[in-house]
Amino acid sequence: MSVFDTLVGQDTVVQRLRAAVRAADNLLSGGDGTGMTHAWLFTGPPGAGRAQAARAFAAALQCTHGGCGECASCHQVLAGTHPDVLYVRPSGLSFGVEQTRELVVRAASSPTGGRFRVVLFEDADRATEAASNALLKAIEEPAPRTVWLLCTPTAHDLLVTIRSRCRLVNLRTPSTEAIIDALVTRDGIDRDRAVAAARAAAGHLERARQLATDETARARREEVLTIPARLDSLGACVHAAARLYEIAEADAKESTAALDEQEKADLKAAFGEGATGKGVAKAVRGAAGALKELEERQKRRATRIKRDAYDTFLMDLVAFYRDVLAIQLGASVELSTADRDADLRRVARSSTPEATLRRIDAIMECRRRINANVHPQIAMEAMTAALYLG
Amino acid sequence: MLTSMDSTSVPPLTVIVGDEELLVDRAVAEVVAAVRATDPEVDVHDLMPSQVSAGKLVEVTSPSLFGDRRVVVLRSAQDLTKEPAGVITDYVKDPVDDVVLVLVHAGGAKGKALLQAALQAGAHRIDCAKPTKASERIAFIKGEFDRAGRKITADAAQALLDAVGTDLREIAAACTQLIADTEGRVDAEAVARYHRGKAEASGFTVADRAVEGRLAEALEQLRWSLAVGMAPVLITSALASAVRGLAVVVQSSRGLSESELAKQAKVPPWKLRTLRQQARGWTPRGVAQAMRVVAETDALVKGAGRDPAYALERAVIEIVAARGRR
Ligand SMILES: [Zn+2]
Repeated sequence: MSVFDTLVGQDTVVQRLRAAVRAADNLLSGGDGTGMTHAWLFTGPPGAGRAQAARAFAAALQCTHGGCGECASCHQVLAGTHPDVLYVRPSGLSFGVEQTRELVVRAASSPTGGRFRVVLFEDADRATEAASNALLKAIEEPAPRTVWLLCTPTAHDLLVTIRSRCRLVNLRTPSTEAIIDALVTRDGIDRDRAVAAARAAAGHLERARQLATDETARARREEVLTIPARLDSLGACVHAAARLYEIAEADAKESTAALDEQEKADLKAAFGEGATGKGVAKAVRGAAGALKELEERQKRRATRIKRDAYDTFLMDLVAFYRDVLAIQLGASVELSTADRDADLRRVARSSTPEATLRRIDAIMECRRRINANVHPQIAMEAMTAALYLG
Repeated sequence: MLTSMDSTSVPPLTVIVGDEELLVDRAVAEVVAAVRATDPEVDVHDLMPSQVSAGKLVEVTSPSLFGDRRVVVLRSAQDLTKEPAGVITDYVKDPVDDVVLVLVHAGGAKGKALLQAALQAGAHRIDCAKPTKASERIAFIKGEFDRAGRKITADAAQALLDAVGTDLREIAAACTQLIADTEGRVDAEAVARYHRGKAEASGFTVADRAVEGRLAEALEQLRWSLAVGMAPVLITSALASAVRGLAVVVQSSRGLSESELAKQAKVPPWKLRTLRQQARGWTPRGVAQAMRVVAETDALVKGAGRDPAYALERAVIEIVAARGRR
């Protein structure tokens, strides 16, 4: 067993990372450590598993057996509790300079476990410009035992000055076969379901796992994929946009509500709510500020979860029109929405490839708008109208 | 009120005493601006008691290795707990050269020892108590006009006060608007005009005029709405509602009842008639175009563009143009 087992369809990357781990061990035992470096950039399309790869690498660097996946250290890194691994996953949509400076200071201290201090920075593209500059300074003048692992969708999402100081690890989209294999052998999912989920997820491992195991996710996808065939009037466009808005909000609420309540309850308990006597009034005043801060943080997280939900819907729609295009062009590729065969063929017959491309553009435009903070319902109304009229 | 604080003379220790937020914010802003005038890079720490521990206070008020200047603003200083309050009491006795400390104190009995200690140490005091009498508010209004080099008559100031109420921020906003919209001495008639405009202007009026193709009126309403301080996002969302209503009646989903249609358009059923009237002259393509304009405008208003007012004007013009589209 090895921490690298979780990476699916990434053999070349795994080989390189294993070599780096050996070099790192050599460095720790007094060698020159050729082949190891202190800054790494993990890139790859959504779902290829860049964060998992970075995490596995972090575990292997901390493990005395090259990432056995079984020792305490490996478990801690994978569970996110290792004292020498700093996990940064921006919960908002951007990561500011203050937070970065604080991170840089914490990253520079020496490892308590005698191996490395590893910073695992997911979505490093969310660092603001000022934050990136602070980060650059830290990467230019590394502390001797600190290793930076940054993750972004593409190398272009980072300042070129940072990029040029990092060793690039580019993950590729895993093949459908590799995903099916992982779902069957690792998650114990039966083969038919794994095949359907892997095809539908079009190279996105986590999405495939979700579709294979989560019934609501499957139902949502089915509903989204009926939209193209149902857009037969502007009224239907308004209706479809309203429905997408409604389900994204409801799903996000469901996944955050319990968590939000728990966090609030914990905070209140920490401030001794319900207690009486001297000092309580004072504590309550302090709690009000802390509570407001917590609510702000929860709001940012909810926004992010909602955007992820919209993203999933929009990518399902893109997959549909990409399949339409494949049919129109007579390309013999695997269709990820083959389960909507009748709709696909009907749309393909009644429109041109140019119209299909315009429709895909409209979906991508909607995604860009939602990320630019446009009210999702407004963005999706413009999109459904464009899908309807071609 | 600090009006002519020269940058070299920024006192190292200032106490702002009072509970009128607007005045407090202005006083803080003036101290910060005065320091920035000499040192644009200065770090400003604007802190609430809930955010500071004694340790944090020691950190921000300690001499910097590199001699960087800092402004430390400590809000609601009366709410400091004993330990951090002690840090401040010690600090004022032996202040640091690079630090400009501003303590904001509500002025009550609470935390009075801290206030006394600061004053004894020679703090510069600025009073920002809430005006309690009408005459004080009138004086505030006159002061606002003086700052802009303008005049307002006594009856106009009274009329403004009657209309706006006692909130100093709202009074200040109304003054700013009147100063921007008028010329010369402001009289009671100018104040009355201002309030009629404010009452009539709404995002919905802008949107209704735009979808009806009445460009000049739509633009005039838009300018009014913005002039009286309506948030641009409210105007975009009114435009979105109006265009949504059009979409639902211009080309309805098959087989929907009137009440289902009204629900889809998010209007009460009686409003469908208005929508149908507004929809005359619109084609599905035109409406789709208007939907695109609304989405793009929302992006511009939310920060992708530099000038929300311009984005909204363009939106109104483009929606009116989309109406003619076949
Ligand atoms: Zn291990």
